Amino acid sequence: MPATRLMPTEIGEDLIELTRTICDRSLRPKVDEVERQAEGGEVFPREVFAELGQAGLLSLPFPEEHGGGGQPYEVYLQVIEEIASAWMSVAVGTSVHSLTCFPVATFASPEQQATLLPGMLSGDQLGAYCLSEPQAGSDVAAMATRATCDGDGWRLKGRKAWISHAGHADFYTTFARTSDDGAKGVSCFVVPADAEGLDFAPPEKKMGLHGDTVREVFFEDVPVSDDRRIGEVGQGMSIAMAALDSGRLGIAAAATGLAQAALDLAAGYATEREQFGRTIGENQGLAFMLADLEAAVTSARATYLHAARLKDAGRAFSRQAAVAKLVATDAAMRVTTDAVQVLGGAGYTADFPAERYFREAKITQIFEGTNQIQRLVISRDLLRPRSHRRR
Amino acid sequence: MNIVVCVKYVPDAQSERAFTEDNTTDREGVDGLLSELDEYAIEEALKIAEAGEGEVTVLTVGPDDAAEAVKKALQMGADKGVHILDEAIAGSDAPATSLVLAEAIKKIGSPDLVLTGMASTDGTMSVVPAMLAERLGLPQVTFASELTVEGEGVKIRRDGDSSTETIESSLPALVSVTDQINEPRYPSFKGIMAAKKKPVETWGLSDLGVDAGQVGQANAWTAVLETTKRPPREQGEVVADEGDGGTKLAEFLAAQKFV
Ligand SMILES: Cc1cc2nc3c(=O)[nH]c(=O)nc-3n(C[C@H](O)[C@H](O)[C@H](O)COP(=O)(O)OP(=O)(O)OC[C@H]3O[C@@H](n4cnc5c(N)ncnc54)[C@H](O)[C@@H]3O)c2cc1C
Repeated sequence: MPATRLMPTEIGEDLIELTRTICDRSLRPKVDEVERQAEGGEVFPREVFAELGQAGLLSLPFPEEHGGGGQPYEVYLQVIEEIASAWMSVAVGTSVHSLTCFPVATFASPEQQATLLPGMLSGDQLGAYCLSEPQAGSDVAAMATRATCDGDGWRLKGRKAWISHAGHADFYTTFARTSDDGAKGVSCFVVPADAEGLDFAPPEKKMGLHGDTVREVFFEDVPVSDDRRIGEVGQGMSIAMAALDSGRLGIAAAATGLAQAALDLAAGYATEREQFGRTIGENQGLAFMLADLEAAVTSARATYLHAARLKDAGRAFSRQAAVAKLVATDAAMRVTTDAVQVLGGAGYTADFPAERYFREAKITQIFEGTNQIQRLVISRDLLRPRSHRRR
Repeated sequence: MNIVVCVKYVPDAQSERAFTEDNTTDREGVDGLLSELDEYAIEEALKIAEAGEGEVTVLTVGPDDAAEAVKKALQMGADKGVHILDEAIAGSDAPATSLVLAEAIKKIGSPDLVLTGMASTDGTMSVVPAMLAERLGLPQVTFASELTVEGEGVKIRRDGDSSTETIESSLPALVSVTDQINEPRYPSFKGIMAAKKKPVETWGLSDLGVDAGQVGQANAWTAVLETTKRPPREQGEVVADEGDGGTKLAEFLAAQKFV
């Protein structure tokens, strides 16, 4: 059952309708097969992103003057949610692409924006976000990848881990150390895919989300010109954190869509499967479980939309985004777990997508800041010294 | 090449079909959309216009909500829209609908090509295209599964049960197209944004010089007296195979006169 949505604009309504059309025509017919083929990481649904790009869905939250859709997060995130209800990997990929464009759209100079954004937002390109390193996951400030100034440009040396789209992306939004000054010693660069010395490990073998190819990325003295350095030298960590504030909303929306898909599957199954001479849904024990799942999905949606509206209004939203990521991804884990339960043995087999949803849900509690890190963000903000208490 | 595409706003075939007290299709209580069969006509018009020069006008006759069908066509890429909206039209039969369409097309101008779908997904009568061609004095070239513009004329393919016909016509002409002719595009986000700025005219019967006494349910040549819901499908016959399954199957098919 499609989610009930109150869109703020007519354009928003039309966008949801367009997204549903693309999901039904192009995503749902392929998702099972491609996710299976992509299990080893060798297959990547690049053509699906090309189609989304053509339709204008890869650049919705960015300014129209550079080729974006000029849409508020309230609309953009619901598009992500719809995509996720059809194909989680693709929704995550769309959100990751936004994450890679965000630093340029927010922190680059007007000249850099004019040069870089039209390509990045054209729909033809896909980005990768290179932040994590083997020894620096939750503790990003422990990053060791280094950018050394060599005359007018930079040389990047180091290694990034678990990078989505690695090997398929057209550019790599990369964070590297420009001094030893901890969190203040990091800068942001946009590295083109054809840069010399950029190399990739074989794809990681993962629990799920197979359509999202993830690899280690090696920087072996990769030359990057200074006009591809985004923001000030040393501003990298705050750029990365600002990007993640928004990116987390994308993950929250995707998790909500995934949960909705799992709930729809479970509710449909419960009206058909018969045991003891009646449908399993006629047992209150099972019907109430479904009601709880509906409550979880609905509150996940309300929570991310609240943060989105704050962001769209130019208000602080970092804490609310962390709450949304925490609530929505925990909801996705619970709903997908219970969906497998509702389907019983069938749910455990690959004949139904319940087991795939379950595997896909797990990663949402881990990436873009684990849910422990979300609690860190939330509690630090709560306990931050303030001059007055605000209500 | 100036093309007019006639499109209809119909109740969503996915949702339950309902009838009002006067036995006409309930268009208020249900979600509606652009008739899917008309999407093929729009796509074909856009392809022809994109291959050369020309303008695509979408035309619909229908209630307020029918503006949605025009909007969808504009989002797909049509240049302008015309919506004929008049309460007196409600309940019109095919002759009256074709009259309104014909007068609207005359007012739009004299197009080189009028395109329609092969049928509406709700009425499925397939007669409006023929009646419209007659009223406009245009050659009627129906059920095209392929359409090419050649010089001053068009050539179509019509797939029949036993043969395939190739038909040629001079222009201007009216062509109805089947769902085999192309793969309709969906709008892009750019198309959605662009559609907001495209002109849509809304005309009533008086704008067309059509008298209310010529249209509407009261003046229809036919009336629907009664509608009955199709009974739910009955449980099929289950044949347990006790070694004679094949025989029983053959007997069943013979009894139903399938073999
Ligand atoms: C499929 C996939 C795609 C990814 N895509 C990208 C990408 O595109 N770009 C990118 O840069 N990264 C990406 N990542 C990396 C991801 O962001 C990290 O895995 C994540 O941030 C966690 O880091 P870690 O794996 O090192 O875990 P660790 O930091 O080692 O954490 C291990 C455990 O310890 C807990 N923990 C750590 N610190 C604390 C603390 N202070 N308090 C309480 N608990 C704590 C964590 O919550 C977790 O449970 C991806 C990962 C995966 C699996």
